[in-house]
Amino acid sequence: MNLAEFFAMGGYAAYVWPSFGLTLFLLIHNVRSARRLHASAREQAMRRLDASRKPA
Amino acid sequence: MNWTWFHKLASPPHFYRLAGRIAPWFGWPALLLIVMGLYGGLLLAPPDYQQGEAFRIVYVHAPAAWMSMFIYGTMAIAAAIGLIWRMKLAHAVAAAAAPVGAWFTFAALVTGSLWGKPMWGTWWQWDARMTSELILLFLYLGLIALRASIDDRDRADRASGVLALVGVINLPIIHYSVYWWNTLHQGATIAKFGKPSMPWEMLWPLLAMFLGFTLYFGAVLMTRLRGEVIRRERDASWLREELAR
Repeated sequence: MNLAEFFAMGGYAAYVWPSFGLTLFLLIHNVRSARRLHASAREQAMRRLDASRKPA
Repeated sequence: MNWTWFHKLASPPHFYRLAGRIAPWFGWPALLLIVMGLYGGLLLAPPDYQQGEAFRIVYVHAPAAWMSMFIYGTMAIAAAIGLIWRMKLAHAVAAAAAPVGAWFTFAALVTGSLWGKPMWGTWWQWDARMTSELILLFLYLGLIALRASIDDRDRADRASGVLALVGVINLPIIHYSVYWWNTLHQGATIAKFGKPSMPWEMLWPLLAMFLGFTLYFGAVLMTRLRGEVIRRERDASWLREELAR
């Protein structure tokens, strides 16, 4: 099987590749957004702690 | 029975560190399994005798659909534990899981539609399987919106916990819809009694994807939970020490 044949997916390329593309996007997006959530929660908590430490 | 481990697990500082340590143990095997599953599913599995190459959509569609239900189940069990034993960490699990579940449900619907068009000649049909899966997406979105609309954390936890439990009724409906009603959707291939109706070269990449997606969810959930725990514990003294490190 050559590369062009593989990408053609027996004529179903327009259905197969978007399915895999969407799923890969979802997998990457969810990892990134989980990391962002954790990092931003840490950052916010840190800022809150700094603010509370300052004398009034 | 000694319950110390359970109380320790539920203690936020302990859990925060534990989640950070175990996330990679889910994440790396998940990556390996998904890469193997993609390779096996796209390159090694032979084309289906009826569906040709289009059947390969199963390698993302079925695992996404499985996750849409598995995550809902996880969320509902967590919500029940949170409601019954007032365990805050359990509510945090439910809150962290919902957006991930919504994404997988969306993917199951879209990949199903992309598979349905060439095989059935239609993008969508209001049949039992598809309608109940669409309701699952609305349940997830409703849960996310409900949580966002209530400022008080405890009230938000309780309200979304109750909604999550009510929505559990949809899970058996999704699963059995292909038997209870006459639908366009095909029946079960793997999760049925007796032998799975698939040759091994087709089956193993699918199993790798199922396990890979499930472990992937474990890793994402642990990371999201660390964020959730910090937000819920922002005034706790342990956080001060943890963040200072």
